[in-house]
Amino acid sequence: MKKILLVGNPNVGKSVIFSRLTGIDVIASNYPGTTVEYTKGCIKLGDEKVEVIDVPGTYSLEPTSKAEEVAVEMIKQGSDIIVNVVDSTNLERNLNLTLQILKRNIPVIVVLNFWDETKHRGISIDIKKLEEILGVPVVATCGRTGEGIKELVSRLQEAKCKTYEFVEEEKWHEIGNIISRVQKLSHKHHTFLDRLAEISIHPLTGIPFVLVILYLTFKTVRFIGEGLVSLFDSIFNNYYLPFITNIISKIFPIKLLQDLFLGTTPKVMESFGLLTTGLYIPFVAVLPYIFAFYLVLSFLEDIGYLPRLAVLLDVTLHKIGVHGYTAIPILLGFGCKVPGMLATRILEIDREKIIATVLILMIAPCMPQTAMIVSLVGRHGTQYLMLIFLILFIIAIVNGFILNKILKGETPELFVEIPPYRLPYIPILIKKLWIRLKAFFMEAVPLIILGVFIVGILDISGITNFIINIFGKPVVSILGLPKETVSVMILGFLRKDVSIALLTPFNLNIKQIIIASVFLVLYLPCIATFFTLLKELGTKNTLLTISIMLFTAIFVSVLLNLIL
Amino acid sequence: MSTDLTQLKEGERGKIVDIQGGFGLIKRLDALGIKVGEEITKISSQLMKGPIVLQVKNTQVAIGYGMAKKIIVEVKE
Repeated sequence: MKKILLVGNPNVGKSVIFSRLTGIDVIASNYPGTTVEYTKGCIKLGDEKVEVIDVPGTYSLEPTSKAEEVAVEMIKQGSDIIVNVVDSTNLERNLNLTLQILKRNIPVIVVLNFWDETKHRGISIDIKKLEEILGVPVVATCGRTGEGIKELVSRLQEAKCKTYEFVEEEKWHEIGNIISRVQKLSHKHHTFLDRLAEISIHPLTGIPFVLVILYLTFKTVRFIGEGLVSLFDSIFNNYYLPFITNIISKIFPIKLLQDLFLGTTPKVMESFGLLTTGLYIPFVAVLPYIFAFYLVLSFLEDIGYLPRLAVLLDVTLHKIGVHGYTAIPILLGFGCKVPGMLATRILEIDREKIIATVLILMIAPCMPQTAMIVSLVGRHGTQYLMLIFLILFIIAIVNGFILNKILKGETPELFVEIPPYRLPYIPILIKKLWIRLKAFFMEAVPLIILGVFIVGILDISGITNFIINIFGKPVVSILGLPKETVSVMILGFLRKDVSIALLTPFNLNIKQIIIASVFLVLYLPCIATFFTLLKELGTKNTLLTISIMLFTAIFVSVLLNLIL
Repeated sequence: MSTDLTQLKEGERGKIVDIQGGFGLIKRLDALGIKVGEEITKISSQLMKGPIVLQVKNTQVAIGYGMAKKIIVEVKE
């Protein structure tokens, strides 16, 4: 199959163009790094099916980071056409890459994206002239509106090999020459978004701005989350539960099967039936929060706020051994630890990766776990909820601080482009939200149901009792928890949210709930995170990270048992 | 008058006259169009030696304080 590569700088709207061309689901983000995992798709050219690959953004073909190495590697493997996506408001910087691409002897077509933005920035570019100088087709597009995409598709075949002769040392001079021939600048109009950009990067206004953003984020997530939970809960209890109970009782008159599917009590969070609790946890308790969190995060991502957050948090994060950019993986980890871990790929050295991993895993529970903690602790009062989050936050910071002192080496400096704010393109936002929800459905839901199933089987077969008798004593004496919680800890490795839900039938007092929640958040990563850790960090560093977690969990739980 | 980028005031413009860094740093900055001879504007700096945001043409870039120290500029009035 023929191959088309989409190549360009980060933040040039490449992913939106890709999505427009192929129509398949992709993640399009406003901050560099998310497309390290490249995306593939297909397009029909005449009767021929052609593969389109979205190459990670790179500023140059002499790589300075891992993402750029991937990009250069992909271009080296060859392709039939390169579509070079260029930010038309930053033509000069972007042409640097264009000239390097032209040297590769692959047919090229240049796309001037963000064409709509050139107007208020007072930029006018002579496309015909640029085409003449470069010797390859040039098309102006606007990813948001889809303007120019048709022209791009119809002209793909015109892509040409053309070498632009210049002396390497004189490249900026040469680019300057091209710019002076094709581009005219006039007065620039400041937009509302420009002013907002200024406000959010100066410390005096930027720090209050961060606090407002974070406050609004949590408020919105809670508002949407709680609203949906109560809606789904009433649907579940009023319509689904009577319906399914009725059906199962009719189809399976055997008590054992009824217990397995419906559970032993009518209370949905205590029964642990496959078709009751097994569906209630993922769809009613967890999904609303996942949805709410990713909605807000995707919005912040697409509007371009995250790199600014990195700048403002840089000084603070340096104290615990990572640079400001780590704020982004940590924030992703609030949703699910797996994408958080994947985002640490942009960190260059092992030391930084280990600290970042420990922070991601410890600083807060993932969203499914949070949802379950909220449903378990919420009725005792918000102050206890805050206490749990505060304890975890302090533990993570202290851990980072200590690791920063023991692990040798220095924390690299921040180096990141700050793209202008851009209004999110809603279809892409929805697509991205959908991809993230789909990942939750595909990976988490089967595991939750499996987890509930295993609890049932272990209970019925008596294995739970056997294990409880072995490990029960230390749990009672040093953690102050009932010995039955041992079974919960075993299951926590499979699904952490299920493990917290499992605490419900024990009727723990609030002190025990706090200790159990903190312990279950910290002691081990869940199985999905575990495999991601192995892949990203290697066996040795994974074991190191897990030892730190387990040790911290035991230490902190014992301490909490003594002082609370 | 020449000084390093950390000493430049917010909103002040300067022309880069020297980058006192290794090959790696020069290459990284160059890829974003930050090079000797280029005019830049300092957009902001954070408290306690935090990162500096500078603008070169239409691109804004945040760089660490240590990197900013290595970029020598001639202040434009």
